[in-house]
Amino acid sequence: MDREKRNHLIRLFVAIAAVYGLVLVLELTMRPTHMLFTVLKKGAIYSLVAVSMNLLNGFTGLFSLGQAGFMLVGAYTYAIFTMPVEVKASERVYKYYDCIVGFDTGVFVGLLAAGLAAALFAFLIGLPVLRLKSDYLAIATLGFAEIIRAVFQWDVLGPLTNGANLLREFKDLSRITFPFTDIPVPQTFFVFVVCGICILLIVLLINSSFGRAFKAIRDDETAAEAMGINLFMHKELSFVISSFFAGVSGALLAMFQYTVQAQQFRSMLTYEILLIVVIGGIGSISGSCIASFLYIALSEWWLRGLDMGTFLGIHAEHIFRSGFRRLAFSVIIMLIVLFFSRGIMGDKELSWARTSARLRRIFRKKEAV
Amino acid sequence: MKKVLELDSVTMQFGGVVAVNDLSMHVDEGEIVALIGPNGAGKTTAFNCITGVYEPTNGMICYKGEAIIQNHPSGKMARQYAGLEPDKFASQKVLNPTPDRITKLGIARTFQNIRLFRSMTVFDNVLTAMHLRMKAGIFSDVFRISWKEEQAMRQETEELLRRQDLWQFRDELATSLPYGKQRRLEIARALATKPDLLLLDEPAAGMNPQETQELADFIREIKDEYDLTVLMIEHHMDLVMRISDRIYVLDFGSLIAEGTPEEVQSNQRVIDAYLGVAEDV
Repeated sequence: MDREKRNHLIRLFVAIAAVYGLVLVLELTMRPTHMLFTVLKKGAIYSLVAVSMNLLNGFTGLFSLGQAGFMLVGAYTYAIFTMPVEVKASERVYKYYDCIVGFDTGVFVGLLAAGLAAALFAFLIGLPVLRLKSDYLAIATLGFAEIIRAVFQWDVLGPLTNGANLLREFKDLSRITFPFTDIPVPQTFFVFVVCGICILLIVLLINSSFGRAFKAIRDDETAAEAMGINLFMHKELSFVISSFFAGVSGALLAMFQYTVQAQQFRSMLTYEILLIVVIGGIGSISGSCIASFLYIALSEWWLRGLDMGTFLGIHAEHIFRSGFRRLAFSVIIMLIVLFFSRGIMGDKELSWARTSARLRRIFRKKEAV
Repeated sequence: MKKVLELDSVTMQFGGVVAVNDLSMHVDEGEIVALIGPNGAGKTTAFNCITGVYEPTNGMICYKGEAIIQNHPSGKMARQYAGLEPDKFASQKVLNPTPDRITKLGIARTFQNIRLFRSMTVFDNVLTAMHLRMKAGIFSDVFRISWKEEQAMRQETEELLRRQDLWQFRDELATSLPYGKQRRLEIARALATKPDLLLLDEPAAGMNPQETQELADFIREIKDEYDLTVLMIEHHMDLVMRISDRIYVLDFGSLIAEGTPEEVQSNQRVIDAYLGVAEDV
C-alpha cells in the first residue's frame, strides 16, 4: 500500500475515533435528555438504513423500496427475542393472546437474529422479485414491504406478534448493561458503536471483489454478465446483505423508541430514507451518513420551532402552527434538489484532500475580493 | 487440428424473422477466423448465440468437443419454425447456459458498441473481470481473510495493463480514454477472464487506418502471447484479409462462402452480396 493511501486511512481513523470520543464525553457530561442525543441516536440509526439502501440503490443499481418492511421484520424479531419470559407470560404486553415464544435472549443475539430474520425474508422475496428491473423492482419491493406490514398485524399471528398491538418491555436502550455487570452502557455511544460496525462492514464489502462485481452490475449488466459475473446470484447477495443491515437498524430503532408497532413502518419511512440517500448522494457512504444526521437534526430539532410558535426568536403563533415545519422542509428539499442535483456528495466520499482544497478555493476567493 | 468451437446448424429465429439460418462453422485451435457479411447479415446474432445471450432456436454449439448449447424448436416455435432440420436435435437435452457460465468455460467477448464499466477506473475495470476466478467466498472476501488472493489479482492486473500499454492510464476513468484505448481496454478486460477463445465484435469499428493497422498487430500479438483462438466480426476488409486464417461470409443469415482470404475475395457470391448482382442490360 502506498504511503498516501496509508496516511489517508490513518487520518480517517483518527477523525472517526475523535467523533466517537466526543460522543462519549458529551454523553457523560451533558444532561441525557437533551435533544442532541435524540438526534445523534436517530441519526446514527438512519445512517445505517440509508447506507444499507445505498448499497442496493447506489452500488448495485437495484432500485428497491422495501427497506421499511425489512426494518419491521428486524424490529419485531428483536422485540420478541429479547422480551423477558416473565413479561411474555404476564398480561402486560400480550393482553389478548398467549405468547408462544418460551425463551428470551440478550441484546447481541437479538440484534443478530433481527438481521438474520430480515435477511431470510429478503432471500425469499428476492427469488421472484429480483428478476424484475428498475421501476418494476421498486414497485414490487414496495408492495412486499406493505404485505409484510399487513401480515405482521394479522390476528392469526397474534401469539407471536401481538397482532396490531404494541410490543414493549423488551431490552431497549435504557436496559443495556456491560456484559456480566450492572453498569449501564452509554446509550448514544452504544448506538454509534453498533451502527459504526455495521457501516464498516458495508464499506469493506463495497471495496472487496464482490463489491466491485456489484458496481459492475450497476454500470452495465450485459458487460458484467459477459465478464462471468452471475447476475442473479450477486443481486440476491446484495439484496440479502442490505436487508440484513436494514433488519439490524430496525432493531435499533425499536430499542430507541421503546415500543414496536407495525404501524410505524409505513412506506413513508422508506421514502424518508430514500430522501436521505438522494440528498446525500447516490453511491456515497459518507454522503448518506451526513445527510441522515442533517435530516434528523432539521426535522426533529432545528425546525421544531416552526411547529411550536416560535422560530429563531420570532413569535408568530398563527403562522408557525403544526404542519408548517413540513412546508419549510419541502422547500429546503426542493432547493437541495435544484442546486445539488447529485446530492451533497455526488458519488464521491468525504476526504480530507477534497475538503481542504474546497476550503482553500473559498478562502482564496475571499482574499481576492 | 483440434476444433475449439463448432457450430452445428445453428438457427436463430425471432418470431418470423430468421436472423441466423442453419449456420455450421468451426474454429480450430490457434486460428484467427473472421465472420464477415453486409449489415444485418446476422453476425452479431451468431455471436450472441455463442455467448449465451440468446438461446438459439435450433442447433448445437460445441466448445472443445463438448456440447455447451443445444436446442430444438418446441412449443409454439415448432409450428412457426422456418429453418432447416427441426428434428435434428430433438432427442437431445436442451442446454441453455447464461452468459456468465459461458465466460467461465473460457470464452470471452468484446462488444460492438464499447461496454466498459463507466464509473470505474481502468485498473478496476480489469480487476473486476478477474472476479469470476475468485475462489474465496463473500465472508473471507469482506473480512479480508483472502487478501492474498486479492493481492495476486492486483498483481496480475498490473502485469496485464503494463503489457497492453495501458498502465499509465490506470487511475483514469475508463470512459475518459480515447476511443482506440477504450477498445484496447475492452480487449484487456476480456483477457483478464483468462479465455482460450476470444470473440471480438467489430474491434476496428470507428478506427482510422493507422489505428486499424495497430489493432491488427495487437490482435496477432495477444494471440501468440496468450495462446488464444480468435473469432472476430469485422467490416474493415484490409484488417480481415491481413490477419485472418479463414473467413466465413454470412448474408441474410445464411453462410454463403468460407475459405482463406484469397478464396473468399474471388468468390462470386461474396462479391454479389457486397456489391449487388449486376442486372442484365
